[in-house]
Amino acid sequence: MKLITAIVKPFKIDDVKEALKAAGAQGMTITEVRGFGRQGGHTETYRGSEYQIDFVPKVKIELVVDDADLDRVVEVITSSASTGKIGDGKVWVTNVEQIIRIRTGEHGVDAI
Amino acid sequence: MFAAASTIDSGATAWVLTSAALVAFMTPGLAFFYGGMVRSKNVLAMLMQNMFAMGLISVLWAVAGFSLAFGGTGAFIGNFDFAFMKDIATLSELPGYTGDFALIIPIIAFFGYQMMFAVITPALITGATADRLKFSAYAVLIGAWGILVYPAVAHWVFSPNGWLFKRGALDFAGGAVVHINAGAAALAVILVLGNRKGWQREAMPPHNLPFTMLGTGILWFGWFGFNAGSALAANGLAAQALVNTHLAAASAMIAWLVIEKLRAGHATSLGAASGAVTGLVAITPCAGFVGGIAPIIIGAVASVVCYLALSLKTKFNFDDSLDVIAVHLVGGIMGALLLGFFSDTKVNSLGFDGILFGGGSELFVNQLIAIGATFAFSFIVTFVIAKVIDATMGLRVSEEDELVGLDQSQHAESAYQ
Repeated sequence: MKLITAIVKPFKIDDVKEALKAAGAQGMTITEVRGFGRQGGHTETYRGSEYQIDFVPKVKIELVVDDADLDRVVEVITSSASTGKIGDGKVWVTNVEQIIRIRTGEHGVDAI
Repeated sequence: MFAAASTIDSGATAWVLTSAALVAFMTPGLAFFYGGMVRSKNVLAMLMQNMFAMGLISVLWAVAGFSLAFGGTGAFIGNFDFAFMKDIATLSELPGYTGDFALIIPIIAFFGYQMMFAVITPALITGATADRLKFSAYAVLIGAWGILVYPAVAHWVFSPNGWLFKRGALDFAGGAVVHINAGAAALAVILVLGNRKGWQREAMPPHNLPFTMLGTGILWFGWFGFNAGSALAANGLAAQALVNTHLAAASAMIAWLVIEKLRAGHATSLGAASGAVTGLVAITPCAGFVGGIAPIIIGAVASVVCYLALSLKTKFNFDDSLDVIAVHLVGGIMGALLLGFFSDTKVNSLGFDGILFGGGSELFVNQLIAIGATFAFSFIVTFVIAKVIDATMGLRVSEEDELVGLDQSQHAESAYQ
């Protein structure tokens, strides 16, 4: 089992969600986050004073998938979140040792 | 502050009562104008300081403020004849308000209307002292100021017995009494208070500009009561003041956006708000003395000068957090000076002609004297008050309290959950 973590542009989150649902994803968790990568921040001007805003708003998506579905799901995320411009975000994959559904106590792939 | 007949006029009374309510609404408007510009951990403290002025200053106005401003026949200060509202309900004439200046509204209406001016004036100071002034110290500061500073300047300028009024200085609705007075006081307090921790090193951007836009709208609306109400009558002069007020705000907003676009690259919402308020400040002393396109020129010129004055605080290293000095002090001074050029007795026969209308430099010189006297008196007395508070109870919150924010440290509340 793998945990897919994706950081995407906030305005793309609905596209990504719909694409994942269409691809059969059972669920996901999102968080509004702020950060910067190569895109960097931007400047804002208030009454003539410039402020550098380093952290720009992003949305973080987390979902756990079976190993067999990994490549397909990553492809769905990257294609649906892409605008081709700097700041589209990143996707990374980590191993998941165990997963438990709280209601039924199911373990492993059954709990995804 | 002029009216021409001597009996109670119901139309005038209705308009002044309405204007009192309009001016009362300006203080909450100011709270939101400022509240949007501070960081989110200090927004309640800002709203609270402004709201609190409506409580404390109103009570003090009834106790002694009004009497010190409008009682007696002295040139420099009123007296205690009307302290605790003695005789105000039955009084038929206020000292000095006779002949051309006779009031055509009940004295109690005048009392209520002037009370709202007394409230908003010290509230203006909160923009300079944002994010670091202890609440208890603020309460003592504006309490002392509402007795020791405001009534004296109101007496000098508004009362026909006041020495600046008698000299021939003009101030229709409080350019000196309200804006120069509060601006000079703000400068004095922050020189004692010191700069915010991290000022000019950390970004301190406004946390909610929609609040600031909302506050600007409320101020603009309320200002019609402030300026047109100062005619103390429901007549053509009130209408002239209302139109002047609106046109000055409009042209000042446009001028600010143009210079901002040219110098910084964008026309901003905060710029629109700042420009409009600057125009309103500048037209305040002029509102019932100028006509034609004068308000458009006054608004635009004041706006450009105030925009340039924004850089004073970084140049001289005083943390005027929300630009009370650039907007209110400089804006008030610009209004008073420009009145020396644009004042026109065809608009108001009880005024004096300015330089452009054949009056020579006499009015301009009187305006300079009024500006200098108001600034010096307000600055010096406020500085002493602030020093005494600082030496006794402390003016400023602890470093930790400042870091946590005034909402939590001063009021044990949070604005946003």
